[in-house]
Amino acid sequence: MTTPTDPEKIESILSTAEKLRWDIGSNFHDHLMEAIYTDAARIADRAVSYPEKPPRFDLDRTIDRLVTSRVWGFPLMLLLLMIVFWLTISGANYPSQFLAWLLLDNGHPLLKTLAADINLPWWLSGLLIDGIYLATAWVISVMLPPMAIFFPLFTLLEDFGYLPRVAFNLDNVFKKVGAHGKQALSMSMGFGCNAAGVVATRIIDSPRERLIAIITNNFSLCNGRWPTQILIATIFIGGLVSAQWAGLISAMAVVGIAVLGVFFSFAVSWGLSRTILKGEVSTFSLELPPYRPPRIWQTIYTSVIDRTLIVLWRAVVFAAPAGAVIWLISNITIGDAVLAQYFIDWLNPLGLLVGLNGIILLAYVVAIPANEIVIPTILMLTTLVLGSGGAGRGVLFETQSLGDTAALLQAGNWTLLTAVNLMLFSLVHNPCSTTIYTIYKETGSLKWTTISALLPVVMGFVLTFFVAQVWHLLV
Amino acid sequence: MSKNGSTTKTSAPCETCPAHNVGNLKKLGINMDDWDYVVALAGNPNTGKSTIFNALTGLHQHTGNWPGKTVTRAEGGFEYGGSRYKIVDLPGTYSLLSTSLDEEVARDFILFGQPDVTVIVTDATRLERNLNLVLQVLEITNRAVVALNLIDEARRHNLTVDERRLARDLGVPVVPTAARSHEGIPELLQAIHEVATGKVVGKPHRIQNEPPALKKAIQQLVAEIEQAFPGLPNARWVALRLLDGDRRIIEAVKRGELGDLSIGSTERVNSIDMPLEVA
Repeated sequence: MTTPTDPEKIESILSTAEKLRWDIGSNFHDHLMEAIYTDAARIADRAVSYPEKPPRFDLDRTIDRLVTSRVWGFPLMLLLLMIVFWLTISGANYPSQFLAWLLLDNGHPLLKTLAADINLPWWLSGLLIDGIYLATAWVISVMLPPMAIFFPLFTLLEDFGYLPRVAFNLDNVFKKVGAHGKQALSMSMGFGCNAAGVVATRIIDSPRERLIAIITNNFSLCNGRWPTQILIATIFIGGLVSAQWAGLISAMAVVGIAVLGVFFSFAVSWGLSRTILKGEVSTFSLELPPYRPPRIWQTIYTSVIDRTLIVLWRAVVFAAPAGAVIWLISNITIGDAVLAQYFIDWLNPLGLLVGLNGIILLAYVVAIPANEIVIPTILMLTTLVLGSGGAGRGVLFETQSLGDTAALLQAGNWTLLTAVNLMLFSLVHNPCSTTIYTIYKETGSLKWTTISALLPVVMGFVLTFFVAQVWHLLV
Repeated sequence: MSKNGSTTKTSAPCETCPAHNVGNLKKLGINMDDWDYVVALAGNPNTGKSTIFNALTGLHQHTGNWPGKTVTRAEGGFEYGGSRYKIVDLPGTYSLLSTSLDEEVARDFILFGQPDVTVIVTDATRLERNLNLVLQVLEITNRAVVALNLIDEARRHNLTVDERRLARDLGVPVVPTAARSHEGIPELLQAIHEVATGKVVGKPHRIQNEPPALKKAIQQLVAEIEQAFPGLPNARWVALRLLDGDRRIIEAVKRGELGDLSIGSTERVNSIDMPLEVA
């Protein structure tokens, strides 16, 4: 491949360059840039003609003044987030119910009857229908509706040009905590998917600041975790108030968790930049792009194709084997109890100590490949513990509405503390395996990958432990 | 539309020729096992490179209205006028003279990937700043086409851009486009095709106004480089980078990678992978 070039000639080129560099002086780069800018200005000036009078009222500038204003910037940001979640939560309920009715209430018995008709062995029909099918159906009915509403809304905001304004608003804070202002952008990407957010940190030039951005990206609530937050907030937080306020209050709870995540991003960045990742803050210029009217139909189409279906597919791919695993561990008996019971009993003391329970912790172990299946796993395992032998074992309750889910969880001894701590733990725990792998690929370092994976788990346990202790003192 | 067709001195008659027809465009998506030409899409951040990429390939690369969305290369293919094209969507950069990872991806591809055509996507409403990058790319290659994108937005702001004048000054074809609504895409394809097949040969603008001492230094170094690497298409740019002390280029000279450039190999760039290094 390589053509042999006379090494002497190469040496001579480099030494000539070295010598000439001294001759022309150190401001060569500036001279060159100046020459480029001069030429660019001259050519542009000849080609572009501007309108006689600038328009009196510039809509873009007016919007910008508002959304990046010191006073209104942050409240507007929160308000927009609230609206997005409120639409998601109140809009997702009905399609969710319909899908549950279709896939769980009718689909499942139908398949069971079918399996009985063709004389499928009980273990095969259990594994396939009670395990794999139910887990998958659950993921679809719980996750598809909120995602199909949330992603298009988020993409519309992105298309409109709002994200750089968010970065602009947050830039100052990031600088104060010793991180790069562009981290606001990779953080925003993380709200979609942490693995994508980690890749997006490539826009940060300094390795130090890039590592901070990578490690803290996990605090952006990702796709896989939104449904958990939305569901738990709807049942437990929304359930605290009367029906007409439930949607709003649950939306506020979810926004609260998301904002807490941003706060953790700042706090951990601050901690890192003062301990193991010390260094100077680099400056950068951020361009605020013009507002572009979003192309609504195209946005909805691409966000459904690009985001919703891909995330859903990933969830299904991971849910199916997880369903099989759950069914297996709840049907393989050792001694006088099933396997899962041993795991749950073993994890329960730790779980209760941090205000969760053994089922939730086991679900998080099963769900390391994908956060998406945490809730279905919890529900299936809770059913298992409550179901006393026979057909109920490892088979999901036929829950067709949120009310039934709530009843199931309350029967599993869930309290408001369990719900709050689950929401917190869902925000602060290890990244999914895809993200961990991406971090390894991006950093090429085992050390930083380990830190990125372990730091949040430890933080999660400390946080939930603390909250549980305070709770027990007060309540 | 007809006014936009006059993209270069040579392409005006092509308005009537049968090749000037979107019907000839066959979007190949990511299906591109072998190709005749490689096209690179470069440009400042947020000028619509990915939108143009999607329009040409029929793919749905995620597009978004914020700078820095594309940080890796995306590849796709299309067929036009009987030739198969591979098209590479590069991360947006303001300049080829700095060293952040996303900018390096773009710079290395234009230099070491040796694309047959480099399409520089510019924002018509911010032409002056966009031209800085255009001029730097034109230092590297003469096989370039400038897409004057977001022309619809320029119209909305009552800006008029004289694309013929611009083409004359830059010495390469200039095509006004509004990729979101597919305006100007046929003309862009035609221009890409003409440059790729060599029907149009650009005489790109080279940076003027350097101080005399600099000019002399460049000439001396170029002469020496051309002697060592005969057939190198962008000796002048290599000289500029050597004078600036660009370590990546010095390495390339040392390892004889420049020799490969004169042969023209597109494989090499795939092996350029830069893991993040931290002390």
